[in-house]
Amino acid sequence: MSGLFPFHGGLKTVRHKTESNQQPIRWSALPHRLTVPLRQHIGAIAKPLARAGERVLKGQMIGQPDGYISAAIHAPTSGKVIAVEQQPVPHPSGLPDWCVVIESDGEERWVERQAVDYRRLHPSEVRNRLRSAGVVGLGGAAFPSAVKLNPSGHAEALETLILNGAECEPWITCDDRIMRERAAEIIAGLHVIAHLLEPREVLIGIEDDKPEAIAAMVAACAGTGFAVRPVPTRYPSGSVKQLVKLLTAKETPVDGLPVDVGVQCFNVGTAYTIYRAIEFGEPVISRTVTITGHVNQPQNLEVLLGTPFSELIAQSGGYRDGVERLIMGGPMMGFAVHDDGVPVTKATNCLLAASAAELAPLRPVMPCIRCGACVDACPANLLPQQLYWHARAKEFDKAQDYHLFSCIECGCCSYVCPSHLPLVQYYRYAKNEIWAQEKEKQKAELARQRHQARLERLEREKQERDAKLRQKRPRHARWRWKTRLTKPSRPIAPRRLRPRPNQRLKLASGAIESPCTLKR
Amino acid sequence: MHFKTLTSPHVLGETSVGQVMRRVLYAMVPGATALIWFFGWGVLVNLAVATVVALMAEAAMLAVRNKPIATHLADYSAVVTAWLLAVALPPLAPWWMTVIGVLSAIVVAKHLYGGLGYNPFNPAMIGYVVLLISFPREMSSWLIPQGIGQAHALSLIETLQAIFNGLLPDRLAADALTGATPLDALRTQLGLGLAVADIRNSPVFGIVAGSGWEWAASGFLAGGLWLIYTRVAAWQIPAGLLSGLAVISTIFYLIDPQRYAPPWFHLWSGAAIFGAFFIATDPVTASTTPRGRLLYGAGVGVLTYIIRSFGGYPDGVAFAVLLMNIAAPTIDLYTQPKVFGARRG
Repeated sequence: MSGLFPFHGGLKTVRHKTESNQQPIRWSALPHRLTVPLRQHIGAIAKPLARAGERVLKGQMIGQPDGYISAAIHAPTSGKVIAVEQQPVPHPSGLPDWCVVIESDGEERWVERQAVDYRRLHPSEVRNRLRSAGVVGLGGAAFPSAVKLNPSGHAEALETLILNGAECEPWITCDDRIMRERAAEIIAGLHVIAHLLEPREVLIGIEDDKPEAIAAMVAACAGTGFAVRPVPTRYPSGSVKQLVKLLTAKETPVDGLPVDVGVQCFNVGTAYTIYRAIEFGEPVISRTVTITGHVNQPQNLEVLLGTPFSELIAQSGGYRDGVERLIMGGPMMGFAVHDDGVPVTKATNCLLAASAAELAPLRPVMPCIRCGACVDACPANLLPQQLYWHARAKEFDKAQDYHLFSCIECGCCSYVCPSHLPLVQYYRYAKNEIWAQEKEKQKAELARQRHQARLERLEREKQERDAKLRQKRPRHARWRWKTRLTKPSRPIAPRRLRPRPNQRLKLASGAIESPCTLKR
Repeated sequence: MHFKTLTSPHVLGETSVGQVMRRVLYAMVPGATALIWFFGWGVLVNLAVATVVALMAEAAMLAVRNKPIATHLADYSAVVTAWLLAVALPPLAPWWMTVIGVLSAIVVAKHLYGGLGYNPFNPAMIGYVVLLISFPREMSSWLIPQGIGQAHALSLIETLQAIFNGLLPDRLAADALTGATPLDALRTQLGLGLAVADIRNSPVFGIVAGSGWEWAASGFLAGGLWLIYTRVAAWQIPAGLLSGLAVISTIFYLIDPQRYAPPWFHLWSGAAIFGAFFIATDPVTASTTPRGRLLYGAGVGVLTYIIRSFGGYPDGVAFAVLLMNIAAPTIDLYTQPKVFGARRG
């Protein structure tokens, strides 16, 4: 077997896998009310198909994909739609988003499901089925899978298909449990992916701290030609670009995707949902979530999308004393939510209830001593200390010279920093400032163009008017003011105030018209 | 239930600036012990005086600059500066010299430039160079190491008398007690037209590079290797420095072994080892990119050799480090690593 190709940097973090990976995945109890966000994926928000008062069946589509990069949303259980309204959702901003609120009737009546034989269907038909089943990447990014399963548009054939079972975040174990319990189903889903993409080789990357998962996957792979590759336990080996490097030695270009170097990568959970969608016609209405940290019974639950976090915590024995933060995702890259009333989405892989014991103690921030520990830890091979200086000094162009946007915000630099600088926070700030400036610039440019166009139009109108006047009074031009005085009925001025059709269009498109329009 | 929201990462490693600095202090113990063994109580007294003065100066400057005093004193950076300077001073240096050196380091080189993390020059070396330029005679009169001279003839009380009152016991003449360091002796006698091999026959030169000195260097080497093992110091800087020094000294040694000392003498004498692992590796003032560190270290090594062999001072590590400190930002700029996924070339 060919070897591995370690990426630069990374961390050995303290592992907390055994807290939650000892018992099998259990189904969570059916909640009374489900709040299903219409945006659970990267891309455009789904268009709501259900109205308040309507009854829906389990698995019925309630949100239609809007555009190519979007995903369908389905009712996780049967019941009545109470509202389609803005509700709090798990997002770092804490802003609400559109959700379909369903009151379950407890009957769990399914919509009609249809299994298909993917080998007999045209690939585009398989993709359409996955698309309407709402399949997105379950590793956390929730990118619509149908887009990644479309090989057209990439001139070269796919070299390597990677199944990502690395799961490098120190507390998360949902992929571990899925691989142990549903290896055969995952491999069946992987067959569908391989059928669509026709890769030369199929590799399965799993961190070597999961021997049971590796054994199960190896057994399931027997006779398939798929190769399980245990990778060293080193955060962030589950990050797509790092895993691709680790398994294939290929570096994904700075502003590109793995497919640019002939590699495509899917999460193990995604492969499982693909299998369910094809073999059973089941859309994505649930996912496995790790509930761990400072709760009484850490575990993995199969959870209906839209279930509030608080119910999962309650089913895990409730919080232990002293929980300060509730983190969605892992401790390295996850975000803290404001409130545990928000619902589980397709991106919710883990709930980590964190007390002082799990969190980093608050320690004084010291000046950067340029020790370079961050340089050694950065998996993107950046110079985090330089990025920090420039972000802090608001020298954003220089931060970009040091490749700010190659930062994947994995948190390794902050983790190793002896001065306890919140480095990632500085990079997020710099990125946001640059995006805001970029938007400002675009706005200013648009305003400048509009102003220019307006000046030109006014000038043109003036010339046209003059030309008309000259035509009508060709000979006595110098008496014109006198004639105008004597004949005040000419409606020149009022006509100018009426907006011309093209002007009206601009106003309708939300443009800001300068106030002098009205003055003149 | 409502929660605090802070951004990721939510967990951090165990390291801290204080831990890094304390490790540097631990790593200095073997070398400093060897120095005390061979050169007597004076080394210990210098360390104590420097530490006390450094902590007082640090506290005063933090107070003036309105910084949290306890937090910054607990980072041990002032103690590290004090120790680095103290072991570089002659064992019987008068107390006021130590005070001047430490004040130059802490007040001027560190705090007037913005304090921890902001100083462009290595504070300990600034303190050392201020003393070297101001008091060249006192700075070059080292004790003759134990086994050859009579350093141990001085008791602790007599050492304190010598350092604080400038009084030597009547039974000892100053000439019997102090002498030139091996590097200094080599330099003076080369100037008199003697050949390297003849000069090095004198007992002061020891086995490799000076009796006593070579043991201290070995102690600092052991501590330095531990620093690299614990990742407190970057391996590239000592590697660059020692190979830079080795390469250039080998070249000259091969050209004319009568006029130029062999590379092993250069590597083991003076502050070469100490400087490679403890001085040049000061993170604040050194280069921070992996390739830049190699280059920075090599620059210090080559400059050290040039100053030792052709300059006006017997040892050149301090000047070499300061010169390369100025170059560090430029080196960093041109030695950026290839970013993940960037095109080569």
